[in-house]
Amino acid sequence: MKRARVAYAGAVHDAFAHAKGVQLVDGRVLAEDAVVWLPPFEPQTIIALGLNYGEHAKELAKELTISAKDEPLAFLKSPGAVIGHRGQTRRPSGVTYMHYECELAVVIGRTAKNIARADAMGYVAGYTVANDYAIRDYLENYYRPNLRVKNRDTCTVLGPWLVDAADVADPHQLPLRTLVNGTVTQQGNTRDLLNDIPALIEYLSGFMTLSAGDVILTGTPEGVVNVNTGDEVVTEIDGIGRLVNTIVGDEWFGRA
Amino acid sequence: MFRREGRRGGHLFSVFEALAQPQDRPLAVDAAAAFWAALAEAAAGPGFLPPTHGTVYGTLLNHAETLAALGNAVNAAPYKAPPRAPVLYIKPRNTLVGHRQAVVVPDDAPELEIGATLGVVIGSTACRVGEAQALAFVAGYTVVNDLSIPHASYYRPSLRNKCRDGFCPIGPAVVARKLVPDPDSLTVTVAIDGKVAQRSRTDRLIRPVARLLADVTEFMTLYPGDVLMVGVAAGAPRARAGQRVEISIGGVGRLETPLVKVQR
Repeated sequence: MKRARVAYAGAVHDAFAHAKGVQLVDGRVLAEDAVVWLPPFEPQTIIALGLNYGEHAKELAKELTISAKDEPLAFLKSPGAVIGHRGQTRRPSGVTYMHYECELAVVIGRTAKNIARADAMGYVAGYTVANDYAIRDYLENYYRPNLRVKNRDTCTVLGPWLVDAADVADPHQLPLRTLVNGTVTQQGNTRDLLNDIPALIEYLSGFMTLSAGDVILTGTPEGVVNVNTGDEVVTEIDGIGRLVNTIVGDEWFGRA
Repeated sequence: MFRREGRRGGHLFSVFEALAQPQDRPLAVDAAAAFWAALAEAAAGPGFLPPTHGTVYGTLLNHAETLAALGNAVNAAPYKAPPRAPVLYIKPRNTLVGHRQAVVVPDDAPELEIGATLGVVIGSTACRVGEAQALAFVAGYTVVNDLSIPHASYYRPSLRNKCRDGFCPIGPAVVARKLVPDPDSLTVTVAIDGKVAQRSRTDRLIRPVARLLADVTEFMTLYPGDVLMVGVAAGAPRARAGQRVEISIGGVGRLETPLVKVQR
């Protein structure tokens, strides 16, 4: 099952994938662009992984003082930064390097504490696509990556669907890619995760209790490039979803 | 309003449910409610729930002495420059516990660092607020004990150090803004087993409350029920399992946290 949350005709609805777009629980079938897409679930604790693909780790290794051999590099984000499919993300004027990150998002389905690797997949409710933007101009070397880089309003995109775990045969064999204005700029496969999903659940639940609605953004492969105002950024994971986002400027937010 | 305390889901919960349950909007204590809360506490004892329901953000290095303690290190690797914008972090929901709830000291940590700080509780959605108007977005204030496993580096500390279950006691209640005329002039006292271990003042903040709200909401909206910790003073004391930590902030409250060993 692929579930969504959308706003349509004056209300917020649970909805499901349909050949013509999306079907609300009340039966109405609508085109993809006829509804406003919300994140497919209300995220609680959001845990994001840095440097969790081999090639991306190499890409950034020169500026880092850690290696992939260390414990997983995890940081937290807040629900306030999250928007849904077909949303707008603000690129502040004057910045020089804002990049997307296409990531498989793993949604926790039940309380998980001290979970062994062998049992970990039983705690996964489902998957969605995340586009976790960063604005590197704001990077500071205290509690990296600082929230001004990674937790800005509109800069975490989730959706379109929450895909039931049972419907994903192997979450570690999923090709993923990013297209900027139709050109592929980033490609990878979840088989290259340095810490796979069971490893992440075992690691995290070993010191913090995870609960339903918590979500793990598993990291991004190599191939991040700067995006500009007006760009359409599509982050896509085969079998999970195709998440569309548009970069807009300060003027949309009355800041210009 | 009062009910007898009991156990639910293995956690002690308060008799004073109207106060301690997370609310749709943060519940601010007025003078009368504070009186009743004190009465309920005295009568009933253990275990409040956290008084807020939103995201809890911490602010790093916002005390003049805390930053000064780093000295010239701010210019050396890995920091390479002093902080410019507010440096924030998040205490996730598994860390939140209320007044008088026991916190487990993990086996791998002989002692915990006690991060005593004022918590600013947001009352209405704060996006791009000006410094002059910022306090109008505040519902009230509370006491937060931002617990950590001691770690030397601010560069990229592991979540293990700050995000263990129970590592963010908060409460006992949210005290209404009108009862705290000047949040930048409060004394924060930490006592361990009844002995004063640290005393600091919120007038030593690099970004006072209104300035901090303005600088944070420039890029990140704060929502009703969110909590912004203003920052921990230099020389945070440490405590071990078996000890009782109390943080008092004048006019805001006294937050009590027993530290206990891992149960087997």
